[in-house]
Amino acid sequence: MSFWEYVGSRHAQLLTDTFQHASAVFQCMVIATVLGVVLAVATYRSEWAGALATMTTATILTIPSLAMIGLLIPVVGLGVAPTVVALTLYGLLPVVRNAIVGLRGVDPALVDAAKGIGMSRTARLFRVELPLAWPPILTGIRVATQMLMGIAAIAAFASGPGLGNEIFRGIASLGSANALNQVLSGTLGIVVLALLFDAAYVLIGRLTIPRGIRA
Amino acid sequence: MPEPYASYGSNTDAPQTAARPAGSTGAAIRLEHLTKIYPGNPAPAVDDVSMEIKAGETVVFVGPSGCGKSTTLKMINRLIEPTSGRIRIGDEDVTAIDPVGLRRKVGYAIQASGLFPHMTVAQNIALVPRMTGWSKARTRARVEEMLDLVGLDPGEFHHRYPRQLSGGQQQRVGVARALAADPPVLLMDEPFGAVDPITRDHLQDELIRLQHELHKTIVFVTHDFDEAIKLGDRIAVLRERSHIAQFDTPEAILTNPADDFVSGFVGAGAALKRLNLTRVRDVEVVDFPTAQLDDPLQSIFDLLRDGPTNEVLLLDRHRRPYKWLRRGDLSRAKQSLARAGTLVTDTVTRDATLRDALEAVLTDSAGRVPVTGRRGEFLGVVDMETLMNNVHELLEADRLEALEHQHELRALGAHRTQLAQEGLDGAGGPEGGAGGRA
Repeated sequence: MSFWEYVGSRHAQLLTDTFQHASAVFQCMVIATVLGVVLAVATYRSEWAGALATMTTATILTIPSLAMIGLLIPVVGLGVAPTVVALTLYGLLPVVRNAIVGLRGVDPALVDAAKGIGMSRTARLFRVELPLAWPPILTGIRVATQMLMGIAAIAAFASGPGLGNEIFRGIASLGSANALNQVLSGTLGIVVLALLFDAAYVLIGRLTIPRGIRA
Repeated sequence: MPEPYASYGSNTDAPQTAARPAGSTGAAIRLEHLTKIYPGNPAPAVDDVSMEIKAGETVVFVGPSGCGKSTTLKMINRLIEPTSGRIRIGDEDVTAIDPVGLRRKVGYAIQASGLFPHMTVAQNIALVPRMTGWSKARTRARVEEMLDLVGLDPGEFHHRYPRQLSGGQQQRVGVARALAADPPVLLMDEPFGAVDPITRDHLQDELIRLQHELHKTIVFVTHDFDEAIKLGDRIAVLRERSHIAQFDTPEAILTNPADDFVSGFVGAGAALKRLNLTRVRDVEVVDFPTAQLDDPLQSIFDLLRDGPTNEVLLLDRHRRPYKWLRRGDLSRAKQSLARAGTLVTDTVTRDATLRDALEAVLTDSAGRVPVTGRRGEFLGVVDMETLMNNVHELLEADRLEALEHQHELRALGAHRTQLAQEGLDGAGGPEGGAGGRA
């Protein structure tokens, strides 16, 4: 059976896996973004707290993904839970780091001006600092998403959702007729998804970054 | 208890500020013993500053870098919290009120405009009105009004982003934003420091025009003494730790600097700088024989022959100065008005400073320059003699006024000493006194 015949015969399963893969990455990215930005907002004004946040998230990233998911199984069980926890943790670093850099990079004169015209702390954060830090934050989200696309494949190890299942099944039955097709279709699916997400981010950037600060 | 601010009050009858109309929208500001000490630094950054700024007055803080003038300004809207002392705006003690509310009532314009780059010009200007709860419609109308006020076409600039504007335009928008919610007080922290000299000159003129219309209380910080002279009703020359070396009208500071520090700051050419403070409208222009271009030749001849001078000024159809015509010019040009005489190259308006007028007079070959009205029509002539006489009179008047201030201060000082000796005022006034000329 050729690759395309394989894809044709299994397209229902492949589509489900692709959708679940995309959905898992998307949802984890949303959680990681919210957590990451909150973490950055809480720490960016203190030299050491910011460093601590960046260092902690960086340390998490150095844990091999297979080991991370393996370690999570006894804690949260099999299936979706370890996938979500692992992906969210891995997604944090780029978001936190870029958000801190972005927030710290806002021109102090502008913060001074915002204060001077009578903006409250919250207004300053939401109307001046975060909008100005948004381009680097979005870049962080984009980088994190690319990374999560690959890492999400490992989730199948803990019976998680997504295209990783195709890859693992193929590797497990190496030498059988469809082994290569399975690995290939899983991998190609992830690559295509990653490209689609990237295109989506470019679009989001166009829509959410005001013309006044667009590069 | 004697009034501890009387030493500053001695200047309150300066003619320039007294001439302000009663309908002023500004509010008086009163700083009482303001001190700022930063942690870890035993020497105060601002040490016991007291001053009174009258409603509708423009006061300029001028001093060398690091003298604490900016810090003092930022304590007025409490961007920097004073370590001790009180701030009053109008009748209200604002030292302890919510700083966010206070800042919405105090306009703030800074160097390089401080516009938010991610918001359009209109959004930037609308910020404070929206925060203070104006309706959308009212805010929109106000934005247009403010753009108009600072000389930017609302239709053209409304939707632009700050980076699409020149430095001068950004600064205008910055001022518009600061004034948008109609605050009684406007604080300006070296607002024109980052623009080129020509634009700065325009912006300064613009601010003077605005202030004529609005009568806000403006506190302006600069390190440029010429800017201070141009803009200030009164100037506070500050030395390190924001100690007031002299607080007086520009005229008084130029003609009678309190000490070496102030005269060092005034720099050379005080008399020339004094010329910037008087406009052509304030001096006497002399009449000059004129003729219209379409007058019959014979009448022009008669005028040249019988007039007080051997020269007439030819005016065009709109009574604008056109040519200088001397006796003999006509015969040399074979009776043709079109070829006779020399074209008028330079004119000054009634709003020009005496310095501009002097410049024009010096460059003119015959040492005189026509003064024109709003539509360019001829009003009279300024020449070297008029200028000289006027400058002498001005300097003499300044000197007398400064002497008067000095007498008042001495009297006040004597009064205080007497009180101190009687044990009624042990504390005394702030050290040295603002206008304390020895």
